[in-house]
Amino acid sequence: MLKDITLGQYFPGNTLAHRLDPRTKLMITILYIVALFSAHSIYAYVALIVTLLISVKVSGVGAKALLRGLKPVLFIIAFTAILNLFYTPGTELVHFWIFRITKEGVRTAVTMMARITLLIMGTFLLTYTTSPIHLTDGLESLLSPLKRLKLPVHELAMMMSIALRFIPTLIEETDKIMSAQKARGADFESGSIFQRAKALIPLLVPLFVSAFRRADELATAMECRCYHGGEGRTKLHVLRYAAKDYAVLAFYLMLAVGIIIFD
Amino acid sequence: MEEIIRVENLTHTYGEGTPFRRSAVEDMSLSVYRGEFLGIIGHTGSGKSTMIQHLNGLLKPTEGHIYLDGKDIWEEPKKIRDVRFRVGLVFQYPEYQLFEDTVYRDIAFGPTNMGLEKDEVDRRVRAAVRFAGLSEEVLDKSPFALSGGQKRRVAIAGVIAMEPEVLVLDEPTAGLDPKGRRELLANIQMYHKERGTTIVLVSHSMEEIAQNADRIVVLSDAHVLMSGTPREVFSHGDELLRAGLDVPQITRVAMALKEQGLAIDPAVYTVEELSRAILSLGKGGAVSC
Repeated sequence: MLKDITLGQYFPGNTLAHRLDPRTKLMITILYIVALFSAHSIYAYVALIVTLLISVKVSGVGAKALLRGLKPVLFIIAFTAILNLFYTPGTELVHFWIFRITKEGVRTAVTMMARITLLIMGTFLLTYTTSPIHLTDGLESLLSPLKRLKLPVHELAMMMSIALRFIPTLIEETDKIMSAQKARGADFESGSIFQRAKALIPLLVPLFVSAFRRADELATAMECRCYHGGEGRTKLHVLRYAAKDYAVLAFYLMLAVGIIIFD
Repeated sequence: MEEIIRVENLTHTYGEGTPFRRSAVEDMSLSVYRGEFLGIIGHTGSGKSTMIQHLNGLLKPTEGHIYLDGKDIWEEPKKIRDVRFRVGLVFQYPEYQLFEDTVYRDIAFGPTNMGLEKDEVDRRVRAAVRFAGLSEEVLDKSPFALSGGQKRRVAIAGVIAMEPEVLVLDEPTAGLDPKGRRELLANIQMYHKERGTTIVLVSHSMEEIAQNADRIVVLSDAHVLMSGTPREVFSHGDELLRAGLDVPQITRVAMALKEQGLAIDPAVYTVEELSRAILSLGKGGAVSC
């Protein structure tokens, strides 16, 4: 169950999608999202879906893994679709009892579903193909102009990379504690909502305790290595744009601009 | 001997359909007999932890079956909780699962989940504390205020308090100092003797297993490499070493002596046995080194 949460998980590989500069990937993800939210017509959506399919194909990430990432948000997608289906005014299609389904409603529901699905898959593709270290390196580099405004960019990037780094660890830990409590007869799956919430205490208390312990240990380990933030630090892997980065970037730029202008 | 648990052709695959797909256990079959002290040994990644999580139904076999008293535990998936009460499992580093505000309440968590009467829970908590080698004074303390070794004992007591028919312990002595290890194993041994509970001790320390188990199952690369009494297993010392496992130090000495041409059974694994073997050599007067 918990293993289905794939947020921030990295699938190692050596495809074009993996080799792209993380900054490129961050920027094309943003461009893709911009394009997604400016899209109205069916042609725009087809273009977006095809782009995603090609990107997925190039990345070598299995469709199964990608769909699994969608599972936790399935409820939100369904909820949005249903709300839009019933509460959009317009030309009536079906009417029974207090429910009214309009043509516009169907249209909005479908586009909303497509939008959220593509949004999530697109962003997941980024974290699937980019290791957390590269991701934060890229983010730090993209945000570095903000350093002039005295924004602690390096610290923010560090915090983010630590957070991303610990998601799988915490999930694993949750799984372990859950198993241990189940072995003592804890029941996480049945009962009323109130009972279920109460059943989470044996899970959450040890989880918080261990998260704080880990944070403490990490802080000590960083201090031991004299970590002192971004000033004067050099990198093992210096980011450099290559020809493929420009090509991919240009393609996505065209996609976004095209959709904004023509749609 | 009467079989209490039978593992039949068990296979467990993690991450099916992802690049991380990996079989931790492959076509594994073994038995646990009622009242025995079984030692399971294997190096890291040999599938020990995955295998034992099947014994009480925490993991569902990808393929194969687990029988408890001749009944497939997954025959009625709704009753899997009962299996968990009958086969108690103590995880690695169990102290990280403590959560209650007092030791008493933490140990009572399992028995309470079983739906037992208050008096019975109280009796079991007190008995479990004793078996785990703790004094009743700790009962009112917060588990988080205890030392590492004591926390470990509280967590083990939490499982013992369910009075399972089979107690499975996954590396119960990991991270303890030598004295703590010895005492904890002595407590487990005492519990085994007094209650007659079947014990399955998982470890990667040959010494620990050799000194405590009646029977040993050796796992290697997701398979059962061999099983038998300690003597039988250690007589294949060279095979164990080849599988990347250790043999008890005493067995190592015996093997070395044998290599020197002495008529010593290389399967001995306790100091007493070896000294007896060496002394008997002297009597025979056949020493030639």
